[in-house]
Amino acid sequence: MSTGLLYALSGVGLFMLGAVGVIVLAHLMRKVLAFNVMGSGAFLVLVGLAQRTGQPDPVPQAMVLTGIVVAVAATALALGLARALHARTGGVTLTQGEDGD
Amino acid sequence: MTEAWLEPAAWLIILPLAWASVAFLAGPGRGARLAILALVAQLGLALELAADLTQRGARMHAVGGWGAPLGIDLMADGLSAVMLLLTQAVALPIAVYAQAYFAETHHRHAATWFWPLAGFLLAAMNALFLSADLFNLYVTLELLGLAAVGLVAVGGGTAQITAALRYLLVSLLASGGYLLGVALLYGAYGTVSMTTLAPLAVGQTPLAVWIAAGLMLVGLLAKTALLPFHFWLPPAHGGAPAPVSALLSALVVKASFYLVLRLALGPFAMMTGTAAGLIGVLGASAILWGAWQALRAQRLKQLVAWSTVAQLGYLFLIFPLLAADGLALQAGALQVVAHGLAKAALFAAAGVLMRATGRDTVEGLAGVAGRVPLTLFAFGLAGVSIMGLPPSAGFLAKWLLIDAALKQGQWGWIVVIIVGSLLAAGYIFRVLRQAFLLAPEDSHFQPVPRRLEWVAFVLAAASVLLGLRGAELVALLGVGS
Repeated sequence: MSTGLLYALSGVGLFMLGAVGVIVLAHLMRKVLAFNVMGSGAFLVLVGLAQRTGQPDPVPQAMVLTGIVVAVAATALALGLARALHARTGGVTLTQGEDGD
Repeated sequence: MTEAWLEPAAWLIILPLAWASVAFLAGPGRGARLAILALVAQLGLALELAADLTQRGARMHAVGGWGAPLGIDLMADGLSAVMLLLTQAVALPIAVYAQAYFAETHHRHAATWFWPLAGFLLAAMNALFLSADLFNLYVTLELLGLAAVGLVAVGGGTAQITAALRYLLVSLLASGGYLLGVALLYGAYGTVSMTTLAPLAVGQTPLAVWIAAGLMLVGLLAKTALLPFHFWLPPAHGGAPAPVSALLSALVVKASFYLVLRLALGPFAMMTGTAAGLIGVLGASAILWGAWQALRAQRLKQLVAWSTVAQLGYLFLIFPLLAADGLALQAGALQVVAHGLAKAALFAAAGVLMRATGRDTVEGLAGVAGRVPLTLFAFGLAGVSIMGLPPSAGFLAKWLLIDAALKQGQWGWIVVIIVGSLLAAGYIFRVLRQAFLLAPEDSHFQPVPRRLEWVAFVLAAASVLLGLRGAELVALLGVGS
């Protein structure tokens, strides 16, 4: 098994771990962290799979850089909203502040 | 050949980015005026692009002279032009509406955030419709999602923030799946350009590509709120301020649908072919379930939001019917445009009705017929398109869909389309009937700015009258396909 494939497989594992975390965990902070684990997994697959030729491929690296910026923005937005929710309800899960309808 | 710096496709992305940033600095008052002026220019650019495409066919534009793979290519064809035209044509009236809607002092806070976020939303959406590679599409999809989540939270209420967070988490999960799919595709083929991928992904496809296609499609279906991923939509769309709901329901969900359609027509033709029946069944269930929930909804905006779930279902009926004659594709594009205009009109009208009655329940509408007759007329007119009565664009879309199903002998879909239209008539008339009842003694009606009423009316009229210009739209759609 090549190193690249090993990276890619760990990436898939991390992605699934993160995805399950986003769905299952209740605490918003944990959901945000799980999302970041998930994103890192996808980045690892992107870089790992592209290493098959033995030479570094600049295109997926540029993509991962862009993806990291997007993930940071998403994390910031999620934390901002979680703080706003906490300020209004005192809760840190989505079940609080539920509207019924 | 036009000069590169005059390329309308590029300006359709730069312009909203620019006015969003200026609106953030200049505050809501000046920001709103600037946004409306810029949107007039954007509509002009979209028209220019469409006219240019009809004359000269589809085209590519390498941004800044840097081509793929390291640079970014913009691609415009008939389908992109239709989506761009719809986006600007809905955004301009909604901006005019929002300026009056947010003018009241207690909306000041919301207005501060509305204009910059709306600008970023439109920039992301225009960029999405013009992107030629899967990774750039990921970035635009994510930007669109973030701006949309911000807009849901703009009102600042607890329910709105909860809805925004739920929407954000679904959106992040969905685009995460999409990104993993892109990574697998790049690993398999070493490219993310849609034109290069299309011929590669036929014949012997490796397992990784099937997994990639599955991840990407499921992610995009979740973003388009197809049953069973629809749960985030009614609270997000039904809870936001009216201009935001209009933008989200009319445009944002269509962006991810557009992407599904692009993939189904291009690289994933074979995979979607296999899953087409399932997607169609999900669409049919969405039509019935969404309409049923709309019939039962207590609150007016929830009713309109559930109607979006149902109307989006029609879009997915086209996948089992996609064939060489292009009928189903035309039906899908017409449904996107018809629903976009009609749903923007319904939310605009709902905003007026709620302001007039001071309540957001369907029950509270008793007596509004005499107070805001123009708005009620607009609601009914948009309802004509939603139900699919002639001569509206909604009728044309559903008619083409039935035609496509007849040609292929797939009778089951026709029953769903007709039952869905009857249920739609049910929830539209439920609102109209309530509005014509006598107002109870203790009711107080607030005056509503005339401008809000006129915008709702113009959007509704456009969705009906467009049915008469269906041929032009279909001709534009045919460019470059």
